[in-house]
Parts: sequence; C-alpha cells; structure tokens
Amino acid sequence: MALKTEPFVVNIGPAHPSTHGVFRMRTTLDGEVIVDMEPVFGYLHRGIEKLAEERTYTGVIPLTDRLDYLASMSNNLAYVLAVEKLAEIPVPGRAEYLRVIMAELQRIASHLIAVGAFLNDCGAFMTPILYMLREREKILDLFEMVSGQRLTYNYMRVGGVSQDVPEEFIPALGKFVKVMPGFIDEYDQLLAENEILLARAKGVGILPKELAINISASGPVLRASGVKWDIRKADPYSIYDRFEFDIPTGTVGDCYDRYRVRIQEMRQSVRILKQALEQLPQGEVRSDVPHLLRPPVGEVYGHIEAPKGELGFCLVSDNSIAPYRFHIRAPSLINLTALRDMIVGWKVADAIIIFGSIDICMGEVDR
Amino acid sequence: MRFERYGIGIAKGMALTLKHLFRRPITTQYPEERLVTSRRIRGNELVWDKEKCTGCATCAKSCPQGTIQIVTSVSAEENKYVVEKFEVDTGYCIFCGLCVEACPYEALFMGYAYERAKYRRGELILSKEGLLESDERKPSGYARPKIEVTLPRQTLLLDRDKVRK
Amino acid sequence: MTVFDPGFSPSSGYGQTLPPDWPGGFWLHWGVFVVIILVFVLAMVMGFIYLERRGIGRFQVRLGPNRVGPFGVLQPVADAIKVLLKEDIIPAKGDKWVHWLAPVVAFVPVVMLFAVVPFQDGALLADLNIGILYVVAISSISVVGIFMAGWGSNNKFSLLGAMRTVAQEVSYEIPLVLSILGVVLIAGSLSLNDIVKVQSIPFILLQPLGFLVYFIGACAEINRTPFDLLEADSEIVAGFHTEYSGMKFALFYLVEYAEALAISAIITTLFLGGWRGPVLPPFLWFLIKVVGVFFLIFWIRSTIPRVRVDQLMAFAWKCLLPLALINLLITGVEVLVLPEALPWTIIFVNLAIMAVLIALWSKFFQLGGGRVEV
Repeated sequence: MALKTEPFVVNIGPAHPSTHGVFRMRTTLDGEVIVDMEPVFGYLHRGIEKLAEERTYTGVIPLTDRLDYLASMSNNLAYVLAVEKLAEIPVPGRAEYLRVIMAELQRIASHLIAVGAFLNDCGAFMTPILYMLREREKILDLFEMVSGQRLTYNYMRVGGVSQDVPEEFIPALGKFVKVMPGFIDEYDQLLAENEILLARAKGVGILPKELAINISASGPVLRASGVKWDIRKADPYSIYDRFEFDIPTGTVGDCYDRYRVRIQEMRQSVRILKQALEQLPQGEVRSDVPHLLRPPVGEVYGHIEAPKGELGFCLVSDNSIAPYRFHIRAPSLINLTALRDMIVGWKVADAIIIFGSIDICMGEVDR
Repeated sequence: MRFERYGIGIAKGMALTLKHLFRRPITTQYPEERLVTSRRIRGNELVWDKEKCTGCATCAKSCPQGTIQIVTSVSAEENKYVVEKFEVDTGYCIFCGLCVEACPYEALFMGYAYERAKYRRGELILSKEGLLESDERKPSGYARPKIEVTLPRQTLLLDRDKVRK
Repeated sequence: MTVFDPGFSPSSGYGQTLPPDWPGGFWLHWGVFVVIILVFVLAMVMGFIYLERRGIGRFQVRLGPNRVGPFGVLQPVADAIKVLLKEDIIPAKGDKWVHWLAPVVAFVPVVMLFAVVPFQDGALLADLNIGILYVVAISSISVVGIFMAGWGSNNKFSLLGAMRTVAQEVSYEIPLVLSILGVVLIAGSLSLNDIVKVQSIPFILLQPLGFLVYFIGACAEINRTPFDLLEADSEIVAGFHTEYSGMKFALFYLVEYAEALAISAIITTLFLGGWRGPVLPPFLWFLIKVVGVFFLIFWIRSTIPRVRVDQLMAFAWKCLLPLALINLLITGVEVLVLPEALPWTIIFVNLAIMAVLIALWSKFFQLGGGRVEV
C-alpha cells in the first residue's frame, strides 16, 4: 500500500543561516526532495539606477561601489570604462596598469570569499573561510594603503585613477605575489581531495552547457560548464591583450567544477599581477577631465569581466552633467535565473550548496 | 559518489589543520592593541581649516549626497567672502572624499580617527567650531601629500609572512 | 509457594566483590564513587568545553575565548550562569510532561555509563561481570530522550529532525556493538576491568579495523561532525532542541559533551589500555588518554565537512556493517586457530587486512542517491 503524501511549501527565508544576503526561496518539498522552487528577491533594493540620475558623472562612482560590495574596484572600473567609451577620453599608461592591478587583486579577494562561503555551507565549521579571510585581510590592507578604505574604495575616476600609489605599495605587492601561490596550495591541501566534499559536491547541481549559454550565464558559472568565454580574451578592454594568462574551464558544470574554476582563476590572477608589476611604467595617473563632465549625446554599453561574471553598464547621455539613464547588467541576477533548473530534484542540504556555488551578492541582484 | 582517495584526502586536510595549531594566531586584542591605520584613511570625520577657506563652495557642489551646507556673505572691505555657516551632517555623509579632492585651497581634510560614534544623532551635525583641527581631530593624508608624509606607516599583515625561495 | 530468592541481599552488598584493600563496607564504596563520578563528569565536561573552544580557535589561526578569567578558564562557568538566568519557555500546545522529562531521560543514562569505567585497577563503582553489555544497553536510552524532545516540542521540523537523529543513532549502534565484540573475543570477558588488565599490548594494535569502526560509529552516535546534521546551520531546522531554553537547553548541551567524554572513556578502556602506563600514577594516564581521544574528536570537527542524510545511512549500512562483520569473523578465526601465535604476526595480519578492505570498499561502493526525477 503506497503512503499518501502531499508536498508542502517551505520558505528558506530571507534571514539565511548561510552567508549570501537576503534572498528568499519558496520551495515545495516532497519529503526531503525539492519539487519546485520560486525565488523571491528585492529585499535590498535601494534604487541605485534612479539615484544616479541626480548625481554628476563623478558623483556616481561612490554609488557603484555599493553594488557588489565585495568587489568594489571592478564596479568602479566598469562604470568608468563606459563613460570613457562614450566621451572618448584617453587614459595614461600608468593609470591603465594600476587599474589592472587593482582589478586582479579584487578578483582574488572576491573569489576567496566565494570559495570560503561555499565550503562553509558544506559544513566545514568555519575553518576554510577563516583561512581565506586571512589572505583577504592582506589584500584589504593593500587597498587601504591606496585608497583609504577597506570596502568601498571610490578609487577609479573618469580618465584614470584618483591618486598614485604610495611608495611602500610596490614592495608589498611584490611580497604578496610571492607568498600567495603557497597559500592557494594550502587551500588545495585542506579540502580539494576530501572524500566527503567530493561525495557532496561532485555531480550535484549540474548546469548543462546549452542551458548556460541560453540564459546568458557568465563568469565562473559559465566556464565551469565547459564554455571557454572570458571577456578579457573575447573582447579585450583596457590593456588585457598585453598579458599572458589562461582561462580555466570545467567539464561537467557541477558544484565541484565551479569551486575548482575559482581556485584556478586565483592562480591566473597572480600570474597577471606578476606581469603587471614588471611592466609598470612611470607617469601621471589622471588625465585632465573637467569636473562637470558633459559627454556627447549617445548611448554606450561597456562591460568587463567582474569576479562574478559579466558586469555591464548601459549609459544614455543627453549632454548634461548627470546621466540620463543608467542601467546595470548584474551578473548575479542573470546567473540566478538558472537556480530553479539546478535545484529541482535534489535535497534541501544540496539546495544550500548549489546556491552557494553560484556565488551571488544581493547588492547586485537587487541594486 | 564514490570514495575515490581511500581516506588520504581527509588525512591531508587534518595534517594541514595540525600545522596551523603551531602558528601564531593573527588576532589583535582590541582595544588594548590597535593596528596603525593607513596614512590615507578616510576616517569618520571632516577637518576644516578656517583660515584657508574662501567660501567658494566647490566642496558642496561636488558632494554626491549634498551634506555640506555653506552660507556666505560678502565683505566689501576685505574683498572676500565671509563664511557664516559651514555645516556638515556626518550622519548623512558617505565619506567618499570627493569634497576633499575638489577643494582648490586645501582647506578641507578627511579625519584620521575612526572611533567617532556619538550617542545622539543631533551630535553628528558639525558646524564651524566643531570642525576645526585639534588634538583629537587630526587630519589624514587623503589627497593631501604634505600631510601624508608626516603620518606613521601602516601595519601590514603581510609583514608576518616569510618568503620562501 | 516459593519466595523468589535471588541469593543476595542489601546486607551482603548485593553479591559485589569489593577490592581487598577497601576499608569500609559496601555503602561507603558506593557513596564515595558516586561522588567521584559526578564530580568527574561535571568537571571534565567543563574542561572539555573550554578545551574545545580554545583548540578549535588555534586550529583556525585565532585565539579562543580568553577574556573571562585568566586564559579564559572561567568561560564555561560564564556560559552556565548565562544559561541559568534565561527564561524557561514551554510550548503551549506541546506535551508538557514529555517536554519536561526529555532532557532528564537524555542526561541520566550518560552519567550512569561511568559506573563501570575503571579509573584504576579495581577503582570503579561496580565491577559488573557484564560490563560492556551494560554500557551498550544504557547508551541506547538517551536516544529515547532525544525523540521525546522532538515530540514534546509541537514543532513539525523538530519532529523531523528528531526522527532523523533516531534513525542515525539506531543504525550506527549495530556496527558499534559488533566491533566491541571483537575486543571481547580477544579479552575473553565482558567486564571492563578485566579487559584493561589483559591489555599488555593495547588492543588498538590488535584490532585496527575494530578501532576505526568503533570510532566512526561513536562519532555518529554523539552527533559530532561529520555527522552533525542536527546542529547544522545550513539546515532549515535547528534540530530537536529548537524549543528548549534555559536549564533544559543546558542539559542538552551537557549531554553532548558528556557523551563525548563517555565515548572517550570507553575507547580508552577498550582500545588504548585504560589506566596502564609506565611512570605516572594510573589515574593520570587515564586522564591523558581521554583528553587525547577528545583532541582527535575535535580535530576532526574543525576540518571535515558534513555528510548528507542519505549518505549517512548508506555509510552505516553498506560500509561499516560489513566491515564490522568481517572484523568479527577474522578475530574469531584468529582466536580459535592461532591462540599461541606471536602478537606481532597478528598485528601485521590485521593491518594488512584492514588496508585491503578499506581499499576495496572505497573503490566499489556507492554512497547515497543522486538526483531524483521529478
């Protein structure tokens, strides 16, 4: 005689025990298995796109800091590149190299938190995330030396960066580049071959290649599904065509592949940093841009490879001191649309892991 | 979902954790020990120099939030503006530093201290005398290279690492 | 009509044999050891809480608690005081008596376990000649306490969590008991005191597979990582102790550490040689070994992630149970066929068999289900 069961709806509610912000999943459970999921977000909406219409082009930069607050330098860079593309402003050489250095350091810092939070969700009782936060502290010390703050840097400006780096930055960065690969090897030793992690993350939450391309996923989520697409190589911006680096890809597209892709990307970022340090020229760091900038009338879309995916800014200008319309293509939101297909059929504990492996930041999703 | 490594993966992880048992912890016992912050720190306050300020209000125009309020009147004998009201609402400020960068006479500085919490929201609104430089309100070196070189160097966590050949 | 005559009475000390150099009568022996056991359990549990928090802190490159008292030693006392001062919340529609009794039913068996653990030669509360059987029987009762906690909370997620825990604990009991039987076969007696007296070579060398199975099973019994689904904060429930606060929650917390202490004590007695050791007094050796086993337990906790619930059950039934059975078979064969063989031969043979078995099981067994088609 078969048991009569009926599915019931459970809120994996906005106040998460895991670390990813205010996101609500209304899941329909049948026993322990998830049969349906509906994401509800918007708890962190602050109206950034509307606020930007009332600030000058330079005054928008502190706002973009707060989008993906774990990777502020990348957000600044994307916005500033879009404005420079629209107004056709040249950037001096030293500023380009400093921008690349900051963006790659930021990529390492963001991936450290992503991997650490993923391993914490798997249940490893905070040990991996504390080790990775120690390395992130070193990067945040470097950023504090340059810009004065640890989270919202406000460092890039239209036409360069805001100030030159102090003299102790270059030796400190050289030391960081030498010790970081040793620490990445330590992370591998800690949990990369752990049998329990393999049992929990291999084959779980597979995102097939066609589905990833169809929903326009980007970043490590896309690369782990087997698609070799990185904007730094496909549509190079700034001076990325002068550096040599590989693009790590996965094969299957499960949680374990996403985790491995992020670790490999950290190694590639250290490689880019080494080359940028060697090639850094002298010069000025900011070109002469009027304070109240009035770009010509037009529309532009500027995009970069942010740590979480493709971050794009669509900017419409009508020759006034404030942007007319300012739309942000947030990578976390677009990657999140695949969540339902990845989660259905797995159990509740897997749902948390799969959600953690996409690596979203609610500041971007809700804007 | 098979055990592929015969338990060796778990053993390697545990060896690494054991190695960490013998490293010095990285905790700093605040408030007894404090780290030296960066020389360019955008601390929780603004410091104003009354002598150099001419009342041009470039800072107020460049602030994205509109937290600086300036009211000036004209003084015909000295042929300059007299600043009557210079008020900053520190509760509304986001400490981005755009005002400090914009000031053409170097009359505005970011603060160096970061422990500036107050008990009342009204105490966060600072005006002319409250903004002056004093022993507790030191300026930081953000966008002010002359002050930056006088401040002490930052403590870096990187200094504890040893570079292996 | 015959009166049932058990053959012993209170005046003859219930047939207990006291150690020959014991001064007083039976009741003095009983009283002294009850006091010793209670003080030991409470003091060691506090010490374990402190050790674990400092130890895990050092593993994670940070300090543990160090503000309360010199080196933070009074931290468990501060925790106890905090917990005592909290409001005791009882769910309105829950079953009041079951809710009240559950922590008691969970805590008392764990303390009663220490009645048969030898602290020194002959220094135990009751030298039962069925010592290990008593241990196994008593430790199953605290499972009932956990289920009562889940039922009395009137919370369907607590009930689900409690049922999961009951399934976990019941499944892991079987390999546990089978691995104990291996030790009993070699020692030839069920009494814990005799098992320790026989161990001129610690049984961990003679029974490596048994030790491994018992250790993993014990970690699962006491709900420790990697099997701590109930305390997991990535689950949507907080487990069977969601609805508890105040002193009842403190009792559940104590149960967790007291069970860890009990498991360490039993492992020390069965596998590591109890109180045997060269120079120091035996009681000190016992303490050192207990703390060593606990160190291993929380070292594992700080490193390894958690398993999922279906992987947990598959691990017990498909991996540990066959291994425990094969261990029992091989031990039986060795005891019968090679009773006079040199101990070193047996050690090498056992280690080799363990390595082969682990390699075989790792290669061929699949744990847990995959994705369910919806």
